[in-house]
Amino acid sequence: MTTDASTIGIAHFEEVEHPDSVGIQILGFWLYLMSDLIIFATLFATFAVLGRNYAGGPTGKELFELPYVMGETLLLLFSSVTYGLVMLAVHDGKKKWVLIGLAATFLLGLGFVSMEINEFYGMIAEGHGPDRSAFLSSFFTLVGTHGTHVTFGLIWMAVMIGQVATKGLTSPVQSRLMRLSMFWHFLDIIWIGIFSIVYLMGVM
Amino acid sequence: MSQAAIDSTGASKGSLQSYLTGFVLSLILTAIPFALVLNGTLSSSAILAGIFSAGIVQILVHLHYFLHLDTSSAAGWNMLAIIFTLLIMILFVGGSIWIMKDLHYRMM
Repeated sequence: MTTDASTIGIAHFEEVEHPDSVGIQILGFWLYLMSDLIIFATLFATFAVLGRNYAGGPTGKELFELPYVMGETLLLLFSSVTYGLVMLAVHDGKKKWVLIGLAATFLLGLGFVSMEINEFYGMIAEGHGPDRSAFLSSFFTLVGTHGTHVTFGLIWMAVMIGQVATKGLTSPVQSRLMRLSMFWHFLDIIWIGIFSIVYLMGVM
Repeated sequence: MSQAAIDSTGASKGSLQSYLTGFVLSLILTAIPFALVLNGTLSSSAILAGIFSAGIVQILVHLHYFLHLDTSSAAGWNMLAIIFTLLIMILFVGGSIWIMKDLHYRMM
């Protein structure tokens, strides 16, 4: 994400170990997450307004399979916990467990994205794509934006696996792992909103 | 939370116990709304209330146990930022729904 570019920009004075730099980076990343939250809020607002305009097309009740969504939810929740374990291993300086935990989180996240792509593919293949109705346009935009974020999180995680393996748990690497942790937990929180408002309320 | 600098902000590392507590609570708070909707015997307003309360509580559980957001002074700016963001979100979502519902009513 864009924040990664900024960490590269300030990498040269991270080595000086300014005592507050990690805290400032975390606050800065938090502010980015809050602006991202506003993007999601606008998409949720769009869905709230358009989510019942089916234009004669399929409704949420016909399209959504709750056990499938439950599976996606559990994958993301498990990945949040495994990332939490990664941060514990980072704190204890256990590089091997950091790598194992990151790999487990990556696979769980990949499982989530695969399930979502499979779901989208099935819907589009049956002619229920984003061009079918306002409901489906807002559905694909909201859920797709979340899925894109998770995909970028996976790319970031793959980069971090490489950095931990080659550089070790240096202070800049730890700081990046911390920010990825915030990003990952943030995406799980957005997903709570999506499964509650889009899927559960859509099936009712 | 007064460990190293990296721990003293809103995204500190937590402990194994806090992650497991958060995990178990999240599982329960996910199972409740899914069970309510799949079962479908309650009235729709009761199910809606169940979905919303379980969702809000689960978001708070995630913020507390996974993101370690609290009111300690180091996390104060994070807390201030999220409160401001919530205000903006309420204006966006609430305002959009209000305006569009009103328009819908007047166009009928």
